[in-house]
Amino acid sequence: MDFLIPLLRSMPGAVGQGLIWGIMAIGVYLTYRILDVADLTVDGSLATGGAVCVLLTVNGCNIWVAVLCAILAGMLAGLVTGLFHTFCGIPAILSGILTQLALYSINLRIMGFGTDAGTRASLAVSVNDFDLLVSQRYVREIALRNPILLLLVLTALLIGVLYWFFGTELGSSLRATGSNPSMAQAQGIDTKFNKVLGLMVSNGLVALSGALLAQYQGSSTADMGRGAIVIGLAAVIIGEVIFSKVFQNFALKLLSAVIGAIIYYLVIQFVLRLGLDTNDLKLLTALVVAVFLAIPYWKGKYFSKPGRKGGRTHA
Amino acid sequence: MLEVKQVYKTFNPGTINEKTALNGLSLTLADGDFTTVIGGNGAGKSTLLNAVAGVWPVDAGTISIGGVDVTRLPEHKRAPYIGRVFQDPMMGTAATMQIEENLALAKRRGRPRTLRPGITRPEREEYRELLKILDLGLEERLTAKVGLLSGGQRQALTLLMATLQKPKLLLLDEHTAALDPKTAAKVLDATERIVQRDKLTTLMITHNMRDAIVHGNRLIMMYEGRVVIDVSGEEKRKLTVEALLDMFSKVSGSDEADDTMLLS
Repeated sequence: MDFLIPLLRSMPGAVGQGLIWGIMAIGVYLTYRILDVADLTVDGSLATGGAVCVLLTVNGCNIWVAVLCAILAGMLAGLVTGLFHTFCGIPAILSGILTQLALYSINLRIMGFGTDAGTRASLAVSVNDFDLLVSQRYVREIALRNPILLLLVLTALLIGVLYWFFGTELGSSLRATGSNPSMAQAQGIDTKFNKVLGLMVSNGLVALSGALLAQYQGSSTADMGRGAIVIGLAAVIIGEVIFSKVFQNFALKLLSAVIGAIIYYLVIQFVLRLGLDTNDLKLLTALVVAVFLAIPYWKGKYFSKPGRKGGRTHA
Repeated sequence: MLEVKQVYKTFNPGTINEKTALNGLSLTLADGDFTTVIGGNGAGKSTLLNAVAGVWPVDAGTISIGGVDVTRLPEHKRAPYIGRVFQDPMMGTAATMQIEENLALAKRRGRPRTLRPGITRPEREEYRELLKILDLGLEERLTAKVGLLSGGQRQALTLLMATLQKPKLLLLDEHTAALDPKTAAKVLDATERIVQRDKLTTLMITHNMRDAIVHGNRLIMMYEGRVVIDVSGEEKRKLTVEALLDMFSKVSGSDEADDTMLLS
């Protein structure tokens, strides 16, 4: 009982956190699965979203406007990565790392805006003083202000909009760009433009997730995005492992990334209650993601049926 | 329709791997010309097609299609004029997308990609009809992912996509070389039918001399980045493989018209 009750009490919090990271996971899905790019910008743009949102909110800006600005800031980060990659010819993964690094300084500046020092590593925003969209405090209440409610609506809305977008001519050309760039170009699709666009949309979503996360936990910090890409990948992969057989529709694939994020946080809560040190979490996450990324490769290499082309012949 | 003037292209200039692939090549195709291109490995056949398609910029010379100078246009901006089928069956289609989605992408070649639906209901009917010309049963599998298709089916689909919007120029880069003989014949047959139906100006590279002689109204042979043999009309109709080999060794001053050109 000493174990079970606290665990159950922590479940709503895990779900809330999972939903917020689920939006982030959708962003990662767009780049990693659709655009076929591992975009490391997200570690920075998540914190940028949080920083912009909190800064504007504490300065009296309407919360929805603050969130919108956070999204735009994230899109800007995606634009920079996209231009590094397409205009400057820097490999995608390195482009993301460069932007991410630059954003660390920028995020300190954003949060320190208006202070004497000019930089600050964290910025608090209390639900007592501001009309925040989501707050951890109400996560176990049965009331309208329970953040899970709004997050569910928001997630459904986002999935709906993305489903529509990827069915349009523009969205299809974006999918083609990720699926086969040479085919896309032969069909007159500007693959560079589409890559930039995809990175912008993805990082906009990630920044939205950061803006919500900052409100949820009551502060934005410079470190809040550290390892975000790995958590996003974990969510995407968990979702695929569990649902890939059943969920064929695009909207359901996005949903499976969100559910993957929730499961991730439920499992984290579980292992923390089992006594795992919080400081070891990132190690655990990295190992889990590494194993799941390795499984398809191992399957192909060590468990493929003999007799195929290049396979050894048996006497 | 196509005018290639004094085009040069050198790969890896200044390195030990330096290779002059196009060496002052000039070629003019009249409207409706179906030209087959032959030549040994490294003669510059694929380089010629890639230069016309705009895969990379050329070092010197000009390329114009239908009177439009496209020399400085990037690949995707030339696409409105050009339909292309690659040697590698994997290159011309998007494996993770459906057959009908691939066709819909091709249908919109040369048009701005807007927020209108990526595919409409009347289109699906149109594609179902068009797929019948391939005679592969794909018309029943519109929503199948292209990755599930065989190399031959994908190549045939690519051919259909390349010609869905009537191109000013059709570029076929040994598009049957990677297929088994039976499928290759089928794809070549579909090619012939579509080119005849739409009277397409076509450049077709082939390793198979017999195919090069049988198809098209004009034949060019490339050697060291230039066109060395150019026959058309009546002269081409009378051409035999032996005569072609003979002409080649005269032009190149060697017996280099080797097995690689005869085989396949």
